[in-house]
Amino acid sequence: MALLEVDNLQTHFRTPDGGVNRAVDGLSFSVEAGETVAIVGESGCGKSVTSMSILRLIPEPPGKIAGQIRFNGKNLLEMSDREMRAIRGNEISMIFQEPMTSLNPVLSIGNQIGEALVLHQGLSKREAEAKAVEMLTLVGIPAPDKRVKEYPHQLSGGMRQRVMIAIALACNPKLLIADEPTTALDVTIQAQILDLMRDLKHRVGAAIVLITHDLGVVAEVAERVIVMYAGRKVEEAPVGELFNNPKHPYTKGLLGAVPKLGSSLTGESTRLAEIPGLVPSLKNKIQGCVFAGRCPEATELCREINPALELKAPRHQAACHYATKEAVAA
Amino acid sequence: MSMTMGRSPANPSAPAGRPLLEVNDLKKHFPIKAGFFGGKTGNVYAVDGVTFHINKGETLSLVGESGCGKSTVGKTLLRLYNPTDGQVVLDGQRIDDLSEGKLRPVRRRIGVVFQDPFSSLNPRMRVRDLLAEPIRNYGLAKNGADLQARLDKLMDTVRLPRDAVNRFPHEFSGGQRQRICIARALAGEPELIICDEAVSALDVSVKAQIVNLLQDLQKDLGLALLFISHDLAIVEHMTHRVAVMYLGKIVEIAPKRSLFAAPKHPYTEALLSAVPVPSPGQARKRIILKGDVPSPIKPPKGCRFHTRCPYAFDRCRVDEPRLQQTSPEHWSACHLHDLPAAENPLARDTVLYS
Repeated sequence: MALLEVDNLQTHFRTPDGGVNRAVDGLSFSVEAGETVAIVGESGCGKSVTSMSILRLIPEPPGKIAGQIRFNGKNLLEMSDREMRAIRGNEISMIFQEPMTSLNPVLSIGNQIGEALVLHQGLSKREAEAKAVEMLTLVGIPAPDKRVKEYPHQLSGGMRQRVMIAIALACNPKLLIADEPTTALDVTIQAQILDLMRDLKHRVGAAIVLITHDLGVVAEVAERVIVMYAGRKVEEAPVGELFNNPKHPYTKGLLGAVPKLGSSLTGESTRLAEIPGLVPSLKNKIQGCVFAGRCPEATELCREINPALELKAPRHQAACHYATKEAVAA
Repeated sequence: MSMTMGRSPANPSAPAGRPLLEVNDLKKHFPIKAGFFGGKTGNVYAVDGVTFHINKGETLSLVGESGCGKSTVGKTLLRLYNPTDGQVVLDGQRIDDLSEGKLRPVRRRIGVVFQDPFSSLNPRMRVRDLLAEPIRNYGLAKNGADLQARLDKLMDTVRLPRDAVNRFPHEFSGGQRQRICIARALAGEPELIICDEAVSALDVSVKAQIVNLLQDLQKDLGLALLFISHDLAIVEHMTHRVAVMYLGKIVEIAPKRSLFAAPKHPYTEALLSAVPVPSPGQARKRIILKGDVPSPIKPPKGCRFHTRCPYAFDRCRVDEPRLQQTSPEHWSACHLHDLPAAENPLARDTVLYS
């Protein structure tokens, strides 16, 4: 049994004008214990809504979550608020993108790390503070016994993100959801944080769901990748396979649209591949393939029938009528 | 000529011919005021002696991390900030000390595209008015028909439908809005466009469209670009030359190939090695810098990078390195290049990544 199984997740939002925004529309995936899975896609593809849905952080209404999200076999969507609170920050925790806005400015760092420990593990305040110092040491903050008494504004962006990670890891979660954890950071700081995450994964052994739009980060950290487009999963494969042998035209487009460092030395083509057009509106039910409107190879078939996710190669799924199929061992 | 006789040393990296833009020892310090009477307690040394030039039709990229002063350079060139010291020479004319009135015709020659296309367009103005404003302002259109022709041409140039001029900014996506911003920057028929993180806020597929558009415009209109960015892969893709900034100073300036093949400054080397590359399983030597960028209020003595530099030695802590030439057109401010080649870890022409 996988640690997390998301089965036909549908997160819809009612819009003020009476319509429905299908932010996530039938997403299924699973995460094994200790595995790192990346969800990539552009803004509005539903990747953040997916992460919020797993933790049930979507306000209902206007949101509506359907489908199943099984964590250790139990469906999170059927749990009471009380049961859910026992899981949030304890067994599943989250790192948000903006370390500036996700920390409470009027509470000390130690207080914020200790909060989850007092709540979930019943530690006393003093024990929690001692553990907070330990967590700060773990995430590589110098002089942790001094820092623990400081406030978020006294820390730099990279430090704040380390504190966020310390909070997330305080209760030894089995699953860590990281929503764009390095997007707001500079490259040299990003390298520090990615290094820290890799290192901690080995030591703590938590499974990670990494949500990002940066394919470079994906290539460095993830083991398996899910590509989302307009609320649906269009491709899923192990990381090496996805980068070397992309099957879906959208994935191919994404990979072609990013310049690689060192391009000037190898004399690669001087023009980036464009994906023409725009992401479709999610307010109407999309007939056919979600990518058909922008796909260079779309045909009548694509516009009428939505391609199902199929195994196109070992452990490699893609939702495209025309993706080449390789021998798949049954 | 008087302009070459300024207080600052002559621009060492400038070529023999006259560049379009020449920046000599530009400084911008922001005073810090504190207390009841608002007395000055210090300075933020945002830009502290920056020298470079841009040729006609050339792209120079200014890269560095947040707070290194790259955006301040752009804004000071546009005279959105008044420089504290130094010279800005556009096509032989000093523009850093012009009065507001004399500056107006000069402003026409420098366009600007900012990072956030959502906040840089007035939401109450139609695209028509957004684009017509600079044309009227500089008195470029002879009559109504000419104005309309210019609007049509601008919309064609940025590949938006002509009838979209009657719509408001909120009706467009991020990428389309950035096209409107580019059209607006082009409206004055500039020779130089300053792109301040112009593609950073855009999604991958849209980013590629805008990058391609900027490259096409440069080719077709012979524009010079000052491309301010932190995204090194994009920079490498579109630039001719690169200037790397750290804490208000340029630490390295070189043609793209030379810089990306073998950086000659430890900061550039670390910066390049830190960029995640979208090829899984590729083993690269990664230099992870310790700590954070020091405060520009109290920059470190000696070399500003010595607090994080893996190669720093005694001299770096006291003596500030000047830009020195390591190969034709390649300049680096690092004491390592004064050492014998055998002791200099940067004295190699090898490539960091494949």
